[in-house]
Amino acid sequence: MSTTEHSEYIDSDTGKMGMWLFLFTELFLFGGLFIVYAVMRSKYSEDFHQAALELNAFIGATNTVVLLVSSMTVAMSLTAIQKNRPNVAIALIFVTLILAGVFMMNKYFEWGHKFSLHLYPGSDVMKSLPHGEIMFFGLYFMMTGLHALHVIIGGVLLTIVMFKLKSGKINQNHYLLQENGALYWHLVDLIWIFLFPLLYLIT
Amino acid sequence: MNNSSPTAPLNYLNHKTGLWSWLSSTDHKRIGLLYLYSITIFFCAAAVLGLLMKIEKIAPGQTIMNAQTYNAMFTLHGIIMIFIVVIPGLAAVFGNILLPIMIGAKDVAFPKLNLFSWYVYITGACLGLYSQFAHGHSPDAGWTFYVPYSAEVDSNIVIALTAAFTLGFASILTGLNFIVTIHRMRAPGMTWFRMPLFPWSLYATAWIQLLATPIVGITLLMVIAERTLQIGFFDPTLGGDPVLYQHLFWIYSHPAVYVMILPAMGVVSEIFPTFSQKPIFGYMPIVFSSLAIALVGYFVWGHHMFTSGMSYQARWFFSFLTFLVAIPSAIKVFNWLSTMYGGSVDLKPPLLYAISFIFLFTIGGFTGLTLGSLATNIQTHNTDFVVAHFHYIIFGGMGFGFFAAMHYWYPKIYGRMYSIRWANIAWGILFTGFNVLYFPMFIIGLQGMPRRYFDYDPKFQTGQIISSIGAFILIIGLIGMISNLVYHRHRGAIAPANPWHGVTLEWQIPSPPPHENFDEVPTITHDPYVFDHPYIK
Amino acid sequence: MKNHDNHISSYSLNLKVLLILLILTTTSVLAIKFHFGAFTVAIALIIASVKAAIVLTYFMHLKFENLLLRLMVGGVFLLFAIVVVITFIDYYFR
Repeated sequence: MSTTEHSEYIDSDTGKMGMWLFLFTELFLFGGLFIVYAVMRSKYSEDFHQAALELNAFIGATNTVVLLVSSMTVAMSLTAIQKNRPNVAIALIFVTLILAGVFMMNKYFEWGHKFSLHLYPGSDVMKSLPHGEIMFFGLYFMMTGLHALHVIIGGVLLTIVMFKLKSGKINQNHYLLQENGALYWHLVDLIWIFLFPLLYLIT
Repeated sequence: MNNSSPTAPLNYLNHKTGLWSWLSSTDHKRIGLLYLYSITIFFCAAAVLGLLMKIEKIAPGQTIMNAQTYNAMFTLHGIIMIFIVVIPGLAAVFGNILLPIMIGAKDVAFPKLNLFSWYVYITGACLGLYSQFAHGHSPDAGWTFYVPYSAEVDSNIVIALTAAFTLGFASILTGLNFIVTIHRMRAPGMTWFRMPLFPWSLYATAWIQLLATPIVGITLLMVIAERTLQIGFFDPTLGGDPVLYQHLFWIYSHPAVYVMILPAMGVVSEIFPTFSQKPIFGYMPIVFSSLAIALVGYFVWGHHMFTSGMSYQARWFFSFLTFLVAIPSAIKVFNWLSTMYGGSVDLKPPLLYAISFIFLFTIGGFTGLTLGSLATNIQTHNTDFVVAHFHYIIFGGMGFGFFAAMHYWYPKIYGRMYSIRWANIAWGILFTGFNVLYFPMFIIGLQGMPRRYFDYDPKFQTGQIISSIGAFILIIGLIGMISNLVYHRHRGAIAPANPWHGVTLEWQIPSPPPHENFDEVPTITHDPYVFDHPYIK
Repeated sequence: MKNHDNHISSYSLNLKVLLILLILTTTSVLAIKFHFGAFTVAIALIIASVKAAIVLTYFMHLKFENLLLRLMVGGVFLLFAIVVVITFIDYYFR
């Protein structure tokens, strides 16, 4: 693909490789937090177990299901555009965005509950906890917080994709942006797949 | 005739004019120059800081600044040099300008992302500067931001951390762009092993930029979280571990030094064949040693932490791996020297810089082994020995590699030639100043002079004075070198397309290159370092 | 300009993948009812890794991409794992 061709579309294999490389950076970004988790978990396994009881595994599991379904819907949206059904693709992405909203709502209630108990980094309640529990909650807030930020970014990306599907910029012959948006969304799902058991299921 | 004038042949410099055409250009060559000019400005600023530090150290006690200011100086000097100059340096400037041309492409894979990267870089650099002038004290925790000090001190740490994070993002995007470019944009017939060695070095470098940088990104965010939220990961009073910060920091910052040196090695691997008029000795070993350095470089970070309290097993492991990672570098040195042997050697400035690169890099490398060996590390850790070591490696290695690249590709980039005589003289002053400045630091370091100390015992004074004199000589050499290049930018003799009789693709197109590099994308049918070939003009 | 591989994942394939993922999720939630002690983390991580591999292979289309991409993904996970292991050479032996 050369600049003289003046095409507004990047070659899809090239663009896809670029997106995968960017996903690698996101994996390593969260990876740093996973390293802290691993170290603290090995040091404070009993405290981690105690602290995890504070979390609501039901909400966590619900959120896991929500994201898994949303991964399916966004993957299906690609099927739709490949079969030249842009309206189906739009609908499926819309569903994905709704599910993202559900996820964020759950997160809002979860965090809200913690805040109402004055349980947040730096609070007196937090500082009065055993060390391992402080580490657990620090990781809980930072990891789910960073993850939620990525849910928002993914949501924005998919919203843009939805509008470009509407305008026809994304179509059966040119859907790289949709593919890359979906990849980003799957990454958000992937990270949660690991966060869920490590934070909620260690009781 | 001015190459930028409208009557000169159409090239990337003159095909569009005006400041905005430069600031909005997605042409990799123009973006490379944007990086060159911004990096040069920041380099000069940080060099002045270094000089001021050396003036302060010319005598014990306060000379021109107090201790707090000194701490802020070495912090800013480090932040600018490491994050703004040396890590981006060669890849952002010469990688951008030369990579597409050397692989026969018309531009990088994502030209708009390339321009965006420069703006991210400038934002980060400006944030770094802003940390100096914002309300509050200048950051004084060192470029390494060790906790607990960085988490507790009342200075503009958060701004500086944000700056470093932003600069890291620019580095990631450049690495991403280069990996895809090299995978997807090579000219027809240019198989992986027909690719020249500078692109290979950029490839290895790009993977490190891509995968290591995010870890320091999240680590810096964690320190911000410590400062603003008291999250506690590194705070023992809350259950955290300060050594964990060191692990996370160096998991990036050690591979980062390979980001610094690999492109310099790539440059030198181009210069030796050209100025010996002979193929590089050991093309394959150089390729694989670059990849080996990139990979093994991920596993040695603990050698910055030998005295931190790590387990014995960890210390043993990291020391052993550190010795291993020296081997691929040594292989390259043998190959470069062997390239010259039996060749038609032309001692032009690029070769002068390349040879001195080997000399300085080797000293830096050997002293790295002293530091990497557990027993001797106890004596040398945190002394001026370390400071001398890394300046030999970084400044003598990457820095001289950068100067070599500048003198090598200058005629290609600008279509002009500088004064060879002036360049040689400047080199002599620079090289002399460099060694007078840094070598004494090995000695006083061994004698016990700590690093990052504003004051010192009078027994170190002789070494300190010699070193400070060296700083002045070095600066004169730098001024001489830069002014030669700046002066001849518009006044130098018009340079031919191939003044050094090089055989790689950039020498087969006009100087300066046309906007789209090639009128016709070439088809490659031969290895990269074939001399006496019909293709070569 | 080459444009996209020719493989289209069917709606039913995507649905089947989701069902498997949901089954695995249920399994991991139920698994914590049993007391595996020190192995709880290992089991949770193994199931999570299987789920991740399925998402990568099918939803993220890696099964139908070229080998290069799959090598890159594998290499990235391997590199991360090695870094974690090396970090524990310090923490485990302190």
